[in-house]
This record gives sequence, structure tokens and C-alpha cells, in this order.
Amino acid sequence: MDFDLSEEQRLLKESLERLTAERYAFEQRRTYGRSREGWSRELWAQYAELGLLGLPFAERYGGSSGGPVETMIAMEAFGRALALEPYLATVVLGGGFLRHAGSAEQCAALIPKIAGGSLTAAFAHTERHSRYDLADIETRAVRDGSGWVLDGEKGIVLHGDSADQLIVTARTAGGRRDRDGIGVFIVDGASEGVSRRGYPTQDGLRAAEISFAQVRVGPEGVLGEPEAALPLVERVVDEAIAALCAEAVGAMAAMHELTVEYLKTRRQFGREIGSFQILQHRAVDMLIALEQARSMAMFATMMAAEENAAERRNALSAAKVQIGRSGKFVGQQAVQLHGGIGMTMEYKLGHYFKRVTMIDTIFGDADHHLRELARRGVSGAPG
Amino acid sequence: MDLRFTPEELAFRDEVRAFFAANLPPSICTKLVEGKRLTKDDIVTWQRILNKKGWAVANWPVEWGGTGWSPVQQYIFQEQLQLTPAPQPLGFGVTMVGPVIIAFGSQAQKKRHLPAIANLDVWWCQGFSEPGAGSDLASLRTAAKREGDHYVVNGQKTWTTLAQHADWIFCLVRTDPQAKKQEGISFLLIDMKTPGITVRPIITIEGGHEVNEVFFDDVKVPCENLVGQENRGWDYAKYLLGRERTGIARVGLSKERVRRIKELAGMERAGDKPLIEDERFREKLAALEVELKALEMTQLRVVAAERHRTDNKPDPASSILKIKGSEIQQATTELLLEVVGPYAIPFQPEHEDDERWNEPPVGPEWAGPIAPTYFNWRKTSIYGGSNEIQKNIIAKAILGL
Ligand SMILES: Cc1cc2nc3c(=O)[nH]c(=O)nc-3n(C[C@H](O)[C@H](O)[C@H](O)COP(=O)(O)OP(=O)(O)OC[C@H]3O[C@@H](n4cnc5c(N)ncnc54)[C@H](O)[C@@H]3O)c2cc1C
Repeated sequence: MDFDLSEEQRLLKESLERLTAERYAFEQRRTYGRSREGWSRELWAQYAELGLLGLPFAERYGGSSGGPVETMIAMEAFGRALALEPYLATVVLGGGFLRHAGSAEQCAALIPKIAGGSLTAAFAHTERHSRYDLADIETRAVRDGSGWVLDGEKGIVLHGDSADQLIVTARTAGGRRDRDGIGVFIVDGASEGVSRRGYPTQDGLRAAEISFAQVRVGPEGVLGEPEAALPLVERVVDEAIAALCAEAVGAMAAMHELTVEYLKTRRQFGREIGSFQILQHRAVDMLIALEQARSMAMFATMMAAEENAAERRNALSAAKVQIGRSGKFVGQQAVQLHGGIGMTMEYKLGHYFKRVTMIDTIFGDADHHLRELARRGVSGAPG
Repeated sequence: MDLRFTPEELAFRDEVRAFFAANLPPSICTKLVEGKRLTKDDIVTWQRILNKKGWAVANWPVEWGGTGWSPVQQYIFQEQLQLTPAPQPLGFGVTMVGPVIIAFGSQAQKKRHLPAIANLDVWWCQGFSEPGAGSDLASLRTAAKREGDHYVVNGQKTWTTLAQHADWIFCLVRTDPQAKKQEGISFLLIDMKTPGITVRPIITIEGGHEVNEVFFDDVKVPCENLVGQENRGWDYAKYLLGRERTGIARVGLSKERVRRIKELAGMERAGDKPLIEDERFREKLAALEVELKALEMTQLRVVAAERHRTDNKPDPASSILKIKGSEIQQATTELLLEVVGPYAIPFQPEHEDDERWNEPPVGPEWAGPIAPTYFNWRKTSIYGGSNEIQKNIIAKAILGL
């Protein structure tokens, strides 16, 4: 058993911390957020230079063959920085589909561009009524010669407004919510029939509603089994959940630090408010929640590559439950202990609170995953 | 002991309901149901409707336009406002500065200010908190120096709710810097149009403009605007903060939110059935309703006990209502967030000054205000004496610790 980082991983962490300390001050973030795309192309190029965009990919495609631990390190740093760039969408989700199901041609065509920073991706999956059910898909893909034609509506596509390539799930057979009959397709964002409506999210990032009207996809755009790709989706989503857990831990740790610092400096009744025992204990409870979350984020990281799908799914659900609960407690208490200041847009804390709240609603909130654990645990059913 | 309202009280409730049904503009009611912000106009319009009926300042003495209702009737009226839902008459005037002027103000102040408060001809805001004086309000530093027939005010207030709409502000100011901190404070009424006052917006985390900073730079305030005696302001402030016992728990508002949760959870699906049929969700909702019922009963006990009270002292039980009430309100916003699920994520502007404000909603049309309300409602355990401070009050005043 070993929870230590390797020498290389430590270096990665340090260089990321340096970069975000230099380039992600609160004011700078505000400037990036106000730009048209809502994130910084310039920083994206720096991420590429540092090798961050190639972390999980094979060396022959310009990557550095990192694993979930490297992704965790990156995401935690992004969580602390409240980074706005489409790392999750492009590298973790888009890259995940290519790593697990991309043909040699697909990988060769796309991964080097991702790693080099010239291509971004987004995962177009959720639909108006699908909520957190990964199999609940109505968007249809109908065979047309050697290719496919896609029709349907996707929502809350994270960073979907600026993505060059969209990874789209669609039903090729069966009825809505069937586990079978789901395909995954790569669609160029500029294809005819794709229309997107981009918008800001509550936490200051970007997303889009995207509709697909008679969008043609050639055979080269099919990822994995066109009629049995749900396990692939689950696998990639599990990796994304692990990444989100790490991001949330970064944000929670930052909130906790800000709060402890505030308790030491804010004075009321002639003394530091940190001298009130009730507030000391609250800060300790926050620390406990944070450490429990950190432990589960590590668990998620180590289980993200687990081959046994049932075990992996349970592990990731458990982690998401803990992250959701800890995130809520740490976020709410951080605001509470700051008093009025914690409620303001001008102060960094509230932005962490919002980000952590939104992370809970991505790929299933704490209650959803509790239900899943209860259901799978009782019936032993897979998936 | 009897839980039921008397036939007269029930008839009164029906009368209030019927009046609201006939007179509340539906657009205002809809905004409240959907969790949208009211405009200044909405609030003024409704308060004037109430005032015409003689109900805008129900809690005041009859001679100043009050209704003379019993505490139970006051409670029923409050609850109907929250359940309908209809806007509350503007608290800064009706439940804060109005009662203080009635209890401690001069005859001239009463004549000048009370009718204008009732009809919301004058919008008041509350200038108590300062950057350095939040929970420790008595350490406030905004200074008022007497020079002949006026005071000169210098300093800064903050978190001033809706000061952007305000015509007047009631302030706690330091008039005796030498005295013990509670003893050198006075209660001053200040016209916001006086030269030297600057209002700067503070945007809260969800993006709304609800609070402000208010700066005073050599602001001349006539001495006739002092309420009661100089250096007694702290007593008046305590009177103001502890007086409101009914309504503080906002049971009616939470009931209305629970109704809304049920309605929306009936529309949202979790898997193959509506979320409202999901067992786990139902249990959570039921647990919240149990808590809310308990709070309602506690509140009714406080209301009923009111009959026997002769003093006007703050009731430490109001701290219990404030703590539990804010926790339950916050819990309702959490459940709503859970109902909306991933469609909590899009940010949907509500203000005309946002270029996207009149675009059609993203996702369900009711989703927009849900996450912002959750974020914004964190304030309820911070303002009006934070929940930690309320617990200190209970420990001291009820437990004698
Ligand atoms: C949305 C909003 C609207 C408001 N509107 C108004 C308004 O219209 N007019 C107005 O005058 N004010 C208003 N306020 C101010 C509000 O009353 C103060 O925010 C509140 O009193 C807390 O003060 P503070 O923000 O300075 O926090 P602080 O007093 O600095 O408190 C920080 C933290 O320390 C805790 N704490 C402080 N002292 C103790 C103690 N002795 N024991 C244990 N814990 C303690 C607090 O509970 C809190 O968690 C508003 C605030 C908000 C957020």
C-alpha cells in the first residue's frame, strides 16, 4: 500500500501549482471568464506545452502515458484554481472515449491534436429527461449505407459551445432507457445539421444545448460497438467522476484554507472570531469532511481503471456520494463562517461554493449514487 | 389545550384569503411561486393595495393605522401572505423603523413618517451593520457629531438591503465616543438625498443586486431626526431586533416551498417514474415536513403565549424560531435543487441589464431561479443575527449559561 506520489508526479504537481499561482489569480480568472469562449486559449496552449493535455495518452500520440493519478493531480490543481478551461470535456471525456474505443486511425487523427492543444471536445449525452440515467437516450442514430444519420437534442453539454468535436451518444436500437442499443459517435461541431446554443453556467463555466438534425456521420465517426456502447460510456463517465472528485477536493481544500485564515484575521467582540470554540469545532468538522472526501477521491482514482465493471461502478458511486456530502457541508459552512463576505461575488469563496455545488449535479448527485449503491448492493445486478 | 382555530378565527382566515385572491396581481404571485425577484414596483403596488384595505401595518397600534388584531389573527394574516404567496409589506418600515418611531419617536416624527411608511410612499432601509461591526454590532463606528441644530455624520454602513431603492435610512451612529460601547449609540433617521451619501452595489454570489455599501461623508442631519434620546439608540435597536416574534420562522413560506417541491417533483422523472414516487425522495420530503410541522407548533405556542405578555421585551424564543426557521427554509432550497437535477447548471439571467435576459429558458422553464435561490438563501443563517449568535442568546437568556 502506498499513497505517496512518485518523483515525477510530485514534479507535475509543483509545476501545476506554479502555473496556477502565476496565471490564475482571482482577477485573472475573471478576465478569462469574460472572454467570448469563457476560458483562456493562451493558457490552453501553456497546458499543452507543459504536457498536461497529453497526460493520459500513449506516447506514440504525443502523450506521456499517465494514469488516473496524473489526472487526479491535474484536476485537484484546477479545482483549487477554479480553472475555466475544458480539460474535463476534452482530455478526460473526449480523450477517454478515444483511449478506450478509438481505432488506430481515430486516435492518430485526433489525439495528437488534443495533446497539442489545437482540438477541443465535448461529451453530448444528457437529454432533457434523462437526468442521471446514462441509458436514458432518445437521440436516434439510423444506419445509412456505411454511415449513420443522427437526430435529437442534447443538453448541458459541458463546454459544448466551443468544442471542435462532439462525442455524441445515440440510440441505434431498442427503446429509451434500454441498456442495449446505444452507440457513440464523433461529430464535427461544424457539421451540417448541428446547432448549438451556448450559455454560462451557475459556476461561471460554459455549456450548450445542442440539436442534431439529420446529421450524417461516416463509418470513421463510430466509436466502439454502435449497438452496445453503454459499458464504454459508463467506463469513461467513471473516469470523469474520479476527475470531478479530485477537482472538488481541490476546491474544498481551498475553501477550508480561506476559512481558517479568515477565522484568524476577522475580529469581532475584541478578538479573533477563531477564538470562539464553536467556530473552532466547525472548522474541524470541515477538515474532517474534507479529509473523508480526499480519501474517497483517492479511492476513486485507484478504482477508475478497475477492470471489473461492477466493482468499479460501486467504488465511483461511493466516492461521488462522499464528495457530494462533504462538498455541501464544507461549502455551506465556509460561507457561514465568513458571514456577509462569504455571500459576495467579489470574493473567491462563493465561486468555490458554486463550483462544488454544481459538481454534485454532474453525472449523478449524492442521492442518485446512494440509490444506485442500494440497488446494486441488494440485487447484485451489474451496471 | 386546543389546536383548532375558533370559528371566528377561521372566518377571519377565509376573509384574508378571499381578499388576497381578489386583489393580488397574478403576475406578482407567479414571480413569488417561481422564486423570481420582485421589482420595487411590485412591492409598492401590493403594499398600497393592502394599505387601502387598512392591512399594511396590521401590527401597529390602531391610532397609527393598525388593525387591533389579536396575536392569532396577526399570525393567520402573516401565514396567508406567505402561503398565497404574496409579498410581505416592506419590513424595514413596517416591522422595524415604524414600531421604533411609534414607541420612542416624537409626535412630529410619527406624523411625518408613519403614514408614508404604511403607504410605502417612502422606502426605508436599515443602516446597522458596518465592515467592522457585524455580529458585534455595538462596536459600530459611524460617527454623528452634534454641531448646532444638526449632526454631521461620517462613516460607512454595509450589507444595506435594497438601499438602491431607498428614500430614507435609519442608522445606528456613535454620538459619544467616550462612553461604553453600547452607551454611546444613537438612532438617527437620514434622508438618502442628503448631500454626502453614496450608495455602491454589492453583488451577491448568485448574481443579484440586493445589498449595498452606504458611505457618509460630512452628511448634515437635522437634530429633529434623532429618535428618542441621544445615546439610547442601543435600547431602541434591541427593541427592534427582538420584537418580531410572529412571522420570523417563515413557516408559511416553507409550506409554500414544500408545495412547490411536490409539484415540480411530480413533473421531473427519475428513471421510469416521477421523482415524487421515488421512495428515498419521499422519505426526505416527509422528514422535512415533520420538522416543519414541529416548527409550526412551536411558533403557535409562542403566538398563543403572546396573549399573556405585558412587557415588550424581546422573547428569547424568537431565537429558536429564527434558527429552526432558517434551517428549514435552506433545506427546502436544497430539495428544490435536487428536484431540478442537472438543469440546475445553466445560468439564466433575470435582469433586463443582461443581454441574454429575454432569451427563452434553457431546460424546464421553472429551473432558472432554483440554484440562485439555494445560493442566496445561505444568507438567512447569517443576517438578522447569525445562527451562532442566536445560540449565544439562547444559552445566555434561556439557559443562564
Ligand atoms: C444578504 C444580507 C442582507 C443583509 N441586510 C442587512 C441590512 O439591510 N442592514 C444591516 O444593517 N445589515 C444587514 N446584513 C448584515 C448582517 O446582519 C450581518 O452580516 C451579520 O450580522 C453578520 O455579520 P458579519 O457579516 O460581519 O459576520 P461576522 O460577525 O464577522 O461573523 C462571521 C462568523 O463568525 C460568527 N461569530 C461571530 N461572533 C461570534 C460569537 N461571539 N460566537 C460564535 N460565533 C460568532 C458568525 O456567526 C459568523 O459565522 C445583511 C447581511 C446579508 C448577508
